[in-house]
Amino acid sequence: MKQNKWHLLSNERIAERVWKMVLTGDVSGIVPGQFVELLVPGHYLRRPISVCDVDGDRLTLIYKTVGQGTVIMSQMRPDEKLDLLTCLGNGYDMSKAEDEVLLIGGGVGVPPLIYLAKKLREGGKRVHVVIGFNTKSEVFSEEMFLNLGCGVDVCTIDGSYGKHGVVTDVLKKSAPYYFACGPMPMLRAIVQTIGTNGQMSMEERMGCGVGICVGCSIETKNGMKRVCKEGPVFDVECLMLNV
Amino acid sequence: MKVRLKDIILKNPVIPASGTCGFGVEMSEWMDLNILGAISIKGTTREARQGNARPRIAECGATGMLNAVGLQNPGVEEVVRHEIPELRRLYDGPIIANVSGFSIEEYAYVCERIDKETDATILEVNISCPNVHNGGMAFGTSPEAAAEVTGAVKAATRKPVFMKLSPNVTDITSIARACVDAGADGLCLINTVLGMRIDIRHRKPVLANRYGGYSGPGVLPIALRMVNQVSKACPGTPIIGCGGVSSEEDVIEMMMAGASAVEIGAAGLRNPKACQTIIEALPRAMKELKIEHLEDIIGIVNNE
Repeated sequence: MKQNKWHLLSNERIAERVWKMVLTGDVSGIVPGQFVELLVPGHYLRRPISVCDVDGDRLTLIYKTVGQGTVIMSQMRPDEKLDLLTCLGNGYDMSKAEDEVLLIGGGVGVPPLIYLAKKLREGGKRVHVVIGFNTKSEVFSEEMFLNLGCGVDVCTIDGSYGKHGVVTDVLKKSAPYYFACGPMPMLRAIVQTIGTNGQMSMEERMGCGVGICVGCSIETKNGMKRVCKEGPVFDVECLMLNV
Repeated sequence: MKVRLKDIILKNPVIPASGTCGFGVEMSEWMDLNILGAISIKGTTREARQGNARPRIAECGATGMLNAVGLQNPGVEEVVRHEIPELRRLYDGPIIANVSGFSIEEYAYVCERIDKETDATILEVNISCPNVHNGGMAFGTSPEAAAEVTGAVKAATRKPVFMKLSPNVTDITSIARACVDAGADGLCLINTVLGMRIDIRHRKPVLANRYGGYSGPGVLPIALRMVNQVSKACPGTPIIGCGGVSSEEDVIEMMMAGASAVEIGAAGLRNPKACQTIIEALPRAMKELKIEHLEDIIGIVNNE
């Protein structure tokens, strides 16, 4: 855990209720799959937001406005100073990836896969991405993955963009090792469709984000685990998703 | 900045509160534990507990938060074998072991195990957890039951026993008095205030447990009032003041109300380095307020 002041460079809407924030500060030690905790004026607890990208000393966060705190985040203007905790949680273990890797994301679960895709591509992996959204106005990140040289399938549930359907409609049974992040129904469907050979990010309401309040603990096959500390990324085999 | 709890000397009055600092070791990643006055570790029961269903945390605007963790802990054997020795390797100050139970026998048993197997300094007996059915608060809301737990625990250990009291009562002084009369060496108050938040879009409680304990700056005035009432009702009994303390000035205020030391809870979840920041800021605040020794201000508002 590191606590630092960050400088806000830009904060713009990139899709329906989805915003992209770029900050500069101490990015040292941040790895794909981790999250940051951001102090929001007028709110007591910090907002946990997944790391979307790190480039030089720039940190990108993509977040959805779901409540008062994230709405206030969306109103922050360039040059504001932000108080962040960084290097939080256990990121994706890329050593388990074979030459060909599958990334699966849903909605606002897509952002952490962007930094992961970048690192996997730097490591010479072939990366295929399957991302799903409700509808065209919510779609984002397709171009970022294409620019990284990933193969990309975009699905929308209402068929208004890309393939009509959900991510699992695109997945084949013989899928390679995968990394996934998204809503619980999607994660369950992934396990039903292609099994447990991968890693997933869990999401939970947090108190501290640093492992001291156990507010976010989930039951796993290896006992109670803190999503903020042992997670947010878990081996799918260890999870109890009630599939 | 030195203060005393019975005959135990703390280098300063700042203690991370039970349930907001894990078993202490977790905090060593960003803080030298040895700067702390003492450490109050996660509440321990006889058996391991998974705690309540999620969500267990709900925010309350700028004023604080609700929690309904529900005493998740690895059980007393794991705590005495693993957690307390691990903390001791990194920290040489007073360890406050927080104990919970579902029966008087369980309280006594857990205290006895910790007494026998560890060098924990103080036992903080939680008769005030609002988040588990029959889990402690039932004992902390009646003077007779509170006295019974105190007596049983005192018989099981020779370590100092501090009873942690619930604010969810009509008259906290009667509970405090009953504990002291039954042999408590000190008191710790307040635990969280029972509260609720509702998700108005889904028309249901935010917490899976429905109700939870409210903590944070919003409870400071309640805690100050109760610490002061108890300090007057139980003169000579050391009190650890707890509830909404977020700054060095809050620490001083809590001590003026009657506390000999102060626990910091929710503030440490918002800012993991809160205790360190407060300890570092205390000397300057003392100088400004012309306080030479912190012990001089304990309960000073009672001298009117």
